[in-house]
Formats: sequence, structure tokens, C-alpha cells
Amino acid sequence: MPVFSDPANFDMYVSGFMWILKMTGVSAVLALVLGVLLAAMRVSPVPVLRWFGAAWVNIFRNTPLTLIVFFCYFGLYATLSVSLSDDIDLNNFWLGVVGLSVYTAAFVCEALRSGINTVPAGQAEAARAIGLTFAQTLRIVVLPQAGRAVIAPLGSVLIALCKNTTIVGTIGLLEASNIMKQLINDNGDQVILIFLVFAGTFAAVLIPVGYLFGWLANRLAVKR
Amino acid sequence: MVASTTSQEPLIVLDKVNKFFGDLHVLRDVDLSVGRGEVVVVIGPSGSGKSTLCRAINRLETINSGQITFDGNTLPAEGRALARLRSDVGMVFQSFNLFAHKTILQNVTLGPIKVRKEKPEEARKRGLALLERVGIANQADKYPAQLSGGQQQRAAIARALAMQPKAMLFDEPTSALDPEMVGEVLDVMTSLAREGMTMVVVTHEMGFARHAANRVVFMADGQLVEQAEPGEFFANPRSDRAKDFLSKILTH
Repeated sequence: MPVFSDPANFDMYVSGFMWILKMTGVSAVLALVLGVLLAAMRVSPVPVLRWFGAAWVNIFRNTPLTLIVFFCYFGLYATLSVSLSDDIDLNNFWLGVVGLSVYTAAFVCEALRSGINTVPAGQAEAARAIGLTFAQTLRIVVLPQAGRAVIAPLGSVLIALCKNTTIVGTIGLLEASNIMKQLINDNGDQVILIFLVFAGTFAAVLIPVGYLFGWLANRLAVKR
Repeated sequence: MVASTTSQEPLIVLDKVNKFFGDLHVLRDVDLSVGRGEVVVVIGPSGSGKSTLCRAINRLETINSGQITFDGNTLPAEGRALARLRSDVGMVFQSFNLFAHKTILQNVTLGPIKVRKEKPEEARKRGLALLERVGIANQADKYPAQLSGGQQQRAAIARALAMQPKAMLFDEPTSALDPEMVGEVLDVMTSLAREGMTMVVVTHEMGFARHAANRVVFMADGQLVEQAEPGEFFANPRSDRAKDFLSKILTH
């Protein structure tokens, strides 16, 4: 593998995937927290919160991620001067994370909401009957069961998130797909090899993730 | 309304309660009062509104008009006040509704810890004692799905008792059970009744109504048709609806 035997190229390859992993990790945590809050809003008895949750999902789920990431760069940063770091790479990284998180949160919310529908109504009734408040009922009884029911779909959301991080390359971050493009430009004779190595790296990371979530889904399933 | 706790005053009072499901009039001007320590069994054909009546008492079902008073206070509409009221009214469901992701002991201690803010160790001790009392202490660390229906229902009764409620509501507690498990649940309920717990029981178990109830209430078509002591009711039902109902269930 002549391209990757050059240490400079190999370092670029590694740093590209490090960005991917960091963006995936940080965005996954933020999207999960946001998604849980949005799902709670969408089932809450307060109309304003329900409306807010529905608006969020409808806006971000139906806008191409490329546009959202572009908006983070040209809208938030270039026009509104929202700077998230003095380091140019880190600034692009965080702008990307914002876009990925608000977008992915919409999908996490909808996965959780379908999970809430699998929890029998009697569970929430019993929780209210012993005097738990709405928030306690949701937090202690409904969401834990809903979450376990949608572990496999959440795995798919995570995998999609990981691949979606490559879109942040469009605002200049040197993540894996940008590095790949650069290597291909410099090594026109080894296009297929370069492509297969990058695609293969994604597959090597994501296929086990898929199986891990499948295993977790079985292990944590609530027996009824 | 001034809260008063004289023992003469009834614990639960329903005054001209009406409830609609769309066009269906499920509760029609229902008046009922349940005294402290009284065991009232509600019977009647299915669709007569018995379950709705039972569920209205802790406001799992809202009502369209009329008034329900518990322990001298009108039922709060929502929020923390309603949660507080519900914590004083134990409820046992037809389908048990034990929290599926918690162990039996966790089911019993959840309310005391989260609602009453009891110390976990204290709640655990009381929870185990309650499970002992309903005869399933050895199942404490299992999950609901691992227990038989009768055991689950007894756990559900223990969960309700853990809140030290002023009254217990039973919504067809034995209707989802295999016949051989009905007895063990009724035994627990009978002993509760003997100890002076205020109970409203919706059931088809006429044997339980006969030996444990202070009063039998017969409902049909959303109305409270007739009420009497069990001996009197089963021997001499006054209304045609009650006669008809009893003739259908007692001849087999």
C-alpha cells in the first residue's frame, strides 16, 4: 500500500478518522440528551412544549443536514459571529457538532416516542396511582422502558450520525472524507485503493457497533 | 371546604357524578358515600360503569359534572395536589400493572422512596414485611414477568399498601387470573377488610361480596340501581335489573 506507507499520508488518515470519532462521540451525547428532552416535551400535557417539540422535529428532520451545517457556518459563524473556539479547526468542529446534534436529536426524539407507544398505558396509570408526578412517571417508569424498546433503532441513528459527520468536511474540517479527497488528488493512480481503505475503515468500526446494539437490545429487553 | 376528620363523616363521597365517553353516558347522576372502614363491593353487568366509577375516585378518569370528595376535600384537578391525593388512595388493577423493569421489591418501595421520601433502607424493611404478609417474600428479587398472575396481583396489593393508604380501590382484581389463583388474592383482600381498611371493590366474585362486604352496590347502565347489605341483596334483590343479573350468574 504505497500511499499509506508514507508516514505523512498515514498521519492524515489517522487524524481524519479521529475527527470523525470525536464528532460522533460528542454529538451522540448531546443528541441523546436533547432527544430525551424533546420526547418528554412531545408527550407532555403542556401545549406549548408539545408544539415546540413537534416544531423542532419537523424543522430539523426535514432539512438536509448539509444545509444545517452550512447554516451553522455561514449563518451562526460568518453572519452572526458566533465563534465557538479561537482555533479554526476546533471552531469548525464545534459548529459541526451543533448542526449534527440538533439534526440527530430530532431522530432520537422520534425513536423514543415510538418506544413510549410500546409501553402499556397501565404502567403510567399505576405510576400516577401511587402518587408520582408527571415528570417522575416519565423519568422513572415510562422512559426507561421506552428506551430499552428502541435500543436497536437508536443504534441505527448512531451509525447514521457517524457517517453524517463527513458532511462537516464541507465547511473545511479535515475529517476523513476531506482527507480521502486530498489523497486521491495527490495519488491519481491509486484511487480504488484509497477509496476501499476509507470505506473499509468505516465498515470496520460500524459493523461491530450494529451487532453490539442488537445484543444490547436483546439483553436489556423488558420482559412482559 | 373545611377538612374534617370526624369518624362519622364518610371518607369518599360522590355527589351527582356524570361522565361521558363521547355520546355514551357511562355514569348517570351517581351518588355514593363510603364510610371509614367500610367495604363496598360494586357489581353489575359489564359496561355498566363499575370500573369507571372506581377509577373516577382517584381521578384516573375525569368526570364531566358533579363532585367527588375524599377525606373532606374535593378532588384536585391536576398537579402536585392530585398526586398527593392519589398517594393516599391505593389502587389495584385488573391487569396488575407492576412496573415491568423493576423487581418486585423495587415495585413496592418505589412509592415510599420517591413520593413519601422514606429512607431506602426503611422502605426496604417495610416492603419486605409487606411481601411477607401477602406471602411472596421469597419472590422479592424477581421481575414481574417471572411471577404467576396471582403472585403479581398480591405484589400489586403490597405496592399499594406500602403507601399506607386511607382507602383501597380494587378494579376487577381477579378477572385476569386463572381460576386456581383467585383464592389467594381474595384471601389477602379478606384479611385487609377484616383489619378495617376502607375498600371499594369492583368484582364478579359473589362469594367475596357475601362474606367480606358491608354493602353491595348494584350498577346497571351507568346508574346506581340498588344498594343493600350483602345478605339482604342476594336474598331479596328489589329491582328487576338486579334480579335478572343475579339469576344469570347464580344459576350456574
